[in-house]
Amino acid sequence: MTAPAPVETLDLAARFPDWVTADARPGYSGWIVEKDKLPDFARALRDDLGYDYLSSVTGVDYLPEGKMEVVYHAYKTTGGPGVVFKVQVARQDPVEVPSLVSIYPGAEFQEREAWDLLGIKFTGHPDLRRILMWEDFAGHPLRKDWREPYFEEEFKPFKSRWPEGKFQMAEDKARLGDNLSFPAGFDPQKKTDFDPEKALYEALRQYQKTESGLETEHLLVNIGPHHPSTHGVFRVAVVLDGETVLSLKPVMGYLHRNHEKIGERNTFLMNMPYTDRLDYLTSMSNNFGYALAVEKLMGITPPERAEYIRVMMAELTRIANHVWAIGFLLNDLGAYFTPMLYAQEERELILDIFEAVSGSRMMCNYFRFGGVARDLPDGVLEKVRDLAFERLPRKVDELEALLADNEIIRSRGIGQGVLTAEDAIRYSAAGPLLRASGIPYDVRRAEPYSIYDRLEFDVACRPNGDIYDRMMIRFDEIRQSLRIIQQTVKQMPGGPIMAVKPAYQVRVPPGEAYGRVEGPKGELGFYIVSTGKSSPWRYHVRAPSFINLTAFGPMCVGQKIADLVAILGSIDIVLGECDR
Amino acid sequence: MDTNELNAPGYEIPPEVQGQVAITTLDRIYNWGRRASVWPMMFGLACCAIEMICTAASRFDLARFGMEIMRPSPRQSDLMIVSGTVTKKMVPIIVRLYNQMPEPKYVLAMGACASGGGPFKEGYNVVSGIDKFIPVDVYVPGCPPTPQALLNGLMKIQEKISGEHWRTSRWYQKGGDQAEIPIPILGPDLIDPRKVEEYSRRLAESEA
Ligand code: SF4
Repeated sequence: MTAPAPVETLDLAARFPDWVTADARPGYSGWIVEKDKLPDFARALRDDLGYDYLSSVTGVDYLPEGKMEVVYHAYKTTGGPGVVFKVQVARQDPVEVPSLVSIYPGAEFQEREAWDLLGIKFTGHPDLRRILMWEDFAGHPLRKDWREPYFEEEFKPFKSRWPEGKFQMAEDKARLGDNLSFPAGFDPQKKTDFDPEKALYEALRQYQKTESGLETEHLLVNIGPHHPSTHGVFRVAVVLDGETVLSLKPVMGYLHRNHEKIGERNTFLMNMPYTDRLDYLTSMSNNFGYALAVEKLMGITPPERAEYIRVMMAELTRIANHVWAIGFLLNDLGAYFTPMLYAQEERELILDIFEAVSGSRMMCNYFRFGGVARDLPDGVLEKVRDLAFERLPRKVDELEALLADNEIIRSRGIGQGVLTAEDAIRYSAAGPLLRASGIPYDVRRAEPYSIYDRLEFDVACRPNGDIYDRMMIRFDEIRQSLRIIQQTVKQMPGGPIMAVKPAYQVRVPPGEAYGRVEGPKGELGFYIVSTGKSSPWRYHVRAPSFINLTAFGPMCVGQKIADLVAILGSIDIVLGECDR
Repeated sequence: MDTNELNAPGYEIPPEVQGQVAITTLDRIYNWGRRASVWPMMFGLACCAIEMICTAASRFDLARFGMEIMRPSPRQSDLMIVSGTVTKKMVPIIVRLYNQMPEPKYVLAMGACASGGGPFKEGYNVVSGIDKFIPVDVYVPGCPPTPQALLNGLMKIQEKISGEHWRTSRWYQKGGDQAEIPIPILGPDLIDPRKVEEYSRRLAESEA
């Protein structure tokens, strides 16, 4: 058990008086950094102060104040609370901020996302293209003055629906009768020769050519978005020399469902079921992260019983996710569907518990601000006890015995797709991907939330950072989760399950909050800015599936194309969360 | 299906060959074969795909319907299960896959998203239902539909197949399998080539 690092008081304004001022807005915290000094500041933060892990980068459009803000959350991989720093720029075109990719390479995709959705130009970024939308798309949708074609009102509930309850199809109201809008002056009949792939292929071709003496032709291959081993609608474009990967670019956004834009129209509570659909394999822990962030803003904590139920559900989710991930990794390695069936059997039993407590197998929508939606129904605790003490430990051992010494898995996994510890930190890898590279960083220990500081468990960690370790660490984590569940079953207290009276509308005071949990795929964070209205002003999700992919390219270059599929499987992504 | 259903009544079959001989119509045996071996495309879009995988796994066992052979290639599949949110960025690919499927082909829209946009309908990158682009045979409601609901939808597809006649079916007509759907274009927004005139007209109207 690693003890949380002692909290040190950090006065960055005193340390860098010319660069940094404290963020004094009520409800806000952190530091505001001079735009031009940002790279120097970040370098000092990383090298002198030890904040080596840049967890989240996002932007906020403060339209009424005429400002754009970029918000960074950095942590130490040795644990402890993080530091929040911000850069403010005037809201003119183009909004320019220096890129931090050279200092924290993990910012690469996040900065591209902020460029795509908010139109913040990061100067010095090596490959600043759109990432979720396609290149020719008009506008930056998360800007507050950008309106979607089906726009009705700024905030929900829409007056047409409530209280009057009149409903009209969005298609009937939209200007073009469809969910689309064109910029002024565009004539769809004239121009149709768009090439959405051009910028991608140009970026892909930027790689170091090596002279082998042999005359070889380099081949451009696209895998996905329709491909059985990309775990959904994910696409990879690669340049190959023979079978060796020379250059690789992931292409995302095929499942970009505008989670954040919709989330900023929704009321706070309405977002809860949407978080289910982020990483749709782990809805309970998504609920957890979002509930934590809003509770932080509201200043409430759930009662004991609710905390125990929450942790129990989150850990069951982790097991369900990990067996699924192992099953799919085996699919990718060529053991088609049979290991998957073993894994699914156990997952179904966990889904039964979710269905009993929440009413739905996958989309649980179970957490509320200040507690959980319902108490455990009769018999569920016994079922969980059965699973956690009897069945699952046995089944996990069985699955491991079948896989761990398998010749093919070992030869395809050991030493392949290595991510070193340094690189894992640099690329902001999170969750099992980080821990399999030898960094024992787990939010549940590094910055404990809920009741994790009282529970006994070890942070699983494996030293080699290869595909095999990334598979095995999931077994380790399942065992630790079982330990946690066993403790929650034994210690489950009685009492209420909500700290406040359940309500459709919650009052959230103005301010910002960042709630993060250790989701099954890694650190899942919710950055929320409230202006005191019924909806969040900014609602951002730090999605581990998305950020873990930053390391995917560097891991694959130099490997064989067949290993690419296995490496992707070992990262374990879910596109709902990756593209949001 | 048991032999009774396959056997057309009205003919006397000698008792000694009952069970080995069936007298039936071409339509019946043809549809019987097709409906018991629908090969879905291995193709998942979003959350609903997870429930589709669960349906294929041992607990719900799609193999009972002869449908467990999911084919990653559209050229080998009969049924496209649109399992999840259809985004603008993805829809050109879905339409292309649909065009590549050989006739006879069927489409099942699984879940609220594929049927009409679902919870994300208002999103700027979301298509309000796959039926805006390709014809859908069966809609399965739910978010996500449970495996039971999906099975029910698949049985509806089987029912539909049973009622078809090879003489009148679309794909045996002259040129019937050549109707390709034009691929949508990713411009400043998603452009459906079939609708550009309508767009221009509406644009002109709203400016007037
Ligand atoms: S219908 Fe619901 S479960 Fe299915 S893809 Fe849409 S949001 Fe996901």
